[in-house]
Amino acid sequence: MPKLELLQRLLSEGRITRREFIARVSALGLMVAVSPALLGGTAKAATPKKGGRFIIGITGGSTTDSMDPATLTSNMNQNVNWQIRNSLVEIDHNFNAIPELAESWGSTPDAKVWTFKLRKGVDFHNGKTMTAEDVIFSINHHLGEKSKSAAKGYLKSIDNIKADGKHEVIFELSGGSADFPFILGDYHLTICPAGTKGPEFEKGIGTGGYILESWEPGVRAFSKRNPNYWKKGRAHFDEIETLSITDTNARTNALKTGQINYMDRVELKTVHLLKKMPAVNVSAITGTAHYTIPMRLDQSPYGDNNVRMALKLAVDREELLKQILRGYGEPGNDHPIAPVNKFHAKDLEQRKYDPDKAKFYMKKAGMLDHVFNLHAADAAFAGAVDAAVLMKEQAKKAGININVVREPDDGYWSNVWMKKEWCMCYWGGRPIEDMMFSVAYSAGAPWNDTLWDNKRFNELLINARAELDTDKRRKIYEEMQEICRNDGGTVVPMYNQMVEASSAKLAHGPISGHMALDGMRNGERWWFA
Amino acid sequence: MGSVFRLIVKRIGMGILTLFAISIIFFLGVEALPGDLAEEILGQNALPETVAAFRKELKLDLPPHERYVAWLGDLLQGDLGKSLANGRPVVDLVGWRFANTLFLAASAAVIAVPLAILLGIIAALYRNSWFDRAISVATLSTISFPEFFVAYILIALLSVQLIIFPSISNINDQMSFWQKIHAIVLPCLTLTLVVVAHMMRQTRAAIINILASPFIEMARLKGIKRTRVIVMHAFPNALSPVINVIAINLAYLVVGVVIVEVVFVYPGLGQLMVDSVSKRDIPVVLACGLIFASIYIGLNLTADVLSIISNPRLRNPR
Repeated sequence: MPKLELLQRLLSEGRITRREFIARVSALGLMVAVSPALLGGTAKAATPKKGGRFIIGITGGSTTDSMDPATLTSNMNQNVNWQIRNSLVEIDHNFNAIPELAESWGSTPDAKVWTFKLRKGVDFHNGKTMTAEDVIFSINHHLGEKSKSAAKGYLKSIDNIKADGKHEVIFELSGGSADFPFILGDYHLTICPAGTKGPEFEKGIGTGGYILESWEPGVRAFSKRNPNYWKKGRAHFDEIETLSITDTNARTNALKTGQINYMDRVELKTVHLLKKMPAVNVSAITGTAHYTIPMRLDQSPYGDNNVRMALKLAVDREELLKQILRGYGEPGNDHPIAPVNKFHAKDLEQRKYDPDKAKFYMKKAGMLDHVFNLHAADAAFAGAVDAAVLMKEQAKKAGININVVREPDDGYWSNVWMKKEWCMCYWGGRPIEDMMFSVAYSAGAPWNDTLWDNKRFNELLINARAELDTDKRRKIYEEMQEICRNDGGTVVPMYNQMVEASSAKLAHGPISGHMALDGMRNGERWWFA
Repeated sequence: MGSVFRLIVKRIGMGILTLFAISIIFFLGVEALPGDLAEEILGQNALPETVAAFRKELKLDLPPHERYVAWLGDLLQGDLGKSLANGRPVVDLVGWRFANTLFLAASAAVIAVPLAILLGIIAALYRNSWFDRAISVATLSTISFPEFFVAYILIALLSVQLIIFPSISNINDQMSFWQKIHAIVLPCLTLTLVVVAHMMRQTRAAIINILASPFIEMARLKGIKRTRVIVMHAFPNALSPVINVIAINLAYLVVGVVIVEVVFVYPGLGQLMVDSVSKRDIPVVLACGLIFASIYIGLNLTADVLSIISNPRLRNPR
């Protein structure tokens, strides 16, 4: 009865509604087989229970991690960051910006000046009341000459931040930005007490649902529920223990033996076995994360769009999906806007493997004897080297020669990415189109890893940014995706799903595809049923 | 005994020189790796200006020799410096992890050393019997498998199938001593299985070697029992090589267990050093390197001193 199990799982993960579930199960004629507890269980799911110690086994933690919001580089400190701190804006599972520490916001018609009204009566863990001063401090922490923040790149449009009284903050931007609230929902932009500096950030004073009790980078974080948490209906656990477990087998064993309740990055080779365990739920969510293979257009012969088109057509996305992701993903269409994004171009034709067409374009470019060096290391994404070798074989059928250059994992992002002419890369994606395009596809952007400069595309980007009319924006973004797909310098072979496993004792609402671990907020959103 | 004392003083002096040389090698080694901490921490999110600001804050923009001299100056005043990555004092990062590493190494040694010596003596006693062969095959098999494989087998049997011991050994301050012991049984067993063979084989070989000596023949001719000959006459004379092998294995238990740490999520020094090297956190790398080197030097010195004390011919050189 695997179909029934699948539906039950979908229901328990909140990916189909109860009504839909009943309809589909009835269609299978299996309604008698459904445990009434299951339907009752989801009804119960609406009223979370408090209590328990939630233990997360998480990847990516390193002993060099820091709680400074400027350098939240691993899954582990990103997750703990949102246990203990809040942003001004929260991004929900439907990719909407909803109020968090900001109660409401609005802008001038040109979207250039944004006013955020702050929630009143919110206290930090040290007893201090949060005001506009703290917000301005926390945002400025990422700006200015001395900033080492990873968020600096997308805060560049901020010209000035000022307070209007204790509970209002005004942002003046250099250009219109309709999606500015989403930027403030970024995980780096959590609010800390004004004046926090250096090692004081490691104490983790915030306004969040949990208070940091102990924090040892790369090992363990331990937090307890904040009894005065301002947000209603959130933060249900008594305690959260976040353990850095880098070894996949160790995480899997720990989950199987009940030593942890939640693990990220399930091993795709054995996920089918894990799914058979009754005490374990597996979730697979497509988010905005995707793999890319950027070419540097300033290096010959990638400046010629025939070459780029040929290489895009020479990739068998279906096979990569099957071999590298074992089906846990969706094919990419050579632009970075994911199916979950609001303005994803559904009607844009999916690019398919076509060796003949690839050969045609490559011949037109006169590059059939050129050897294309593809630089790869698993630091880009798990399976990147295998993917490169598969691509080499696929391209061979189109008469295109790819030479896979193995690079060391160590130092990959500083020595290979953006330095070599063609390499494997990974993007976590962005919840909104403007952020994704501005960060990595607009001319002159520091992370434009292809140095692509398309005039029409760049104009549209500016237009869309200041446009507040949704329909017009949709049209513009759809055109931009098409330009990117047909002219851009990167192959986007696939979107990888976030495959995670948790104890069946846990309950939750709909899971967000915004970031891993339910948008990095499972500590706040989940509970023990 | 004067000669032993002179030897100790001389060796300690040499040891300090060695540590100094090692610190230079470690420093140059990390410097030679491509990239620096600012680039490694920011990774894909690096901007030229943020990297520059980061470097300036950490004084990574100074030339390497100036940074080394500054570090050495602090060290001579007893200050190991701060982690570049998160500004924590290196002492705080290293101290409790080093205690954890010693705790695991000591627990494994308490089981492994007596077991290896006992098995070695028995193997020598019943040389070439089926028992001798069985011990050899068993211990050599466990040393031949990679550590992580032995670890996974133990986890599969004792943690997943039988649910006796936990599969991860993430000990912390909230646990009592006995809870900690329970948590580290599996990594302890893994290490024991890995180190026993070497010590056991050496004990066996050393004793067998001694058994060919004339004084053993004399003892036999006096009519002493085989067990007594081996335990009272042969073993004390075989101690010297056995002590040396034990010292090497003890050093291994402290410095060579990073894989076991990763598999069992054990918070020891190994993982700290690996992470720090990959992020180019030089003060932490240097501190770990010096600790590991001191352990090697210290254990080697102890082994030499004990060999001399256990051997009258070395104790009273003519």
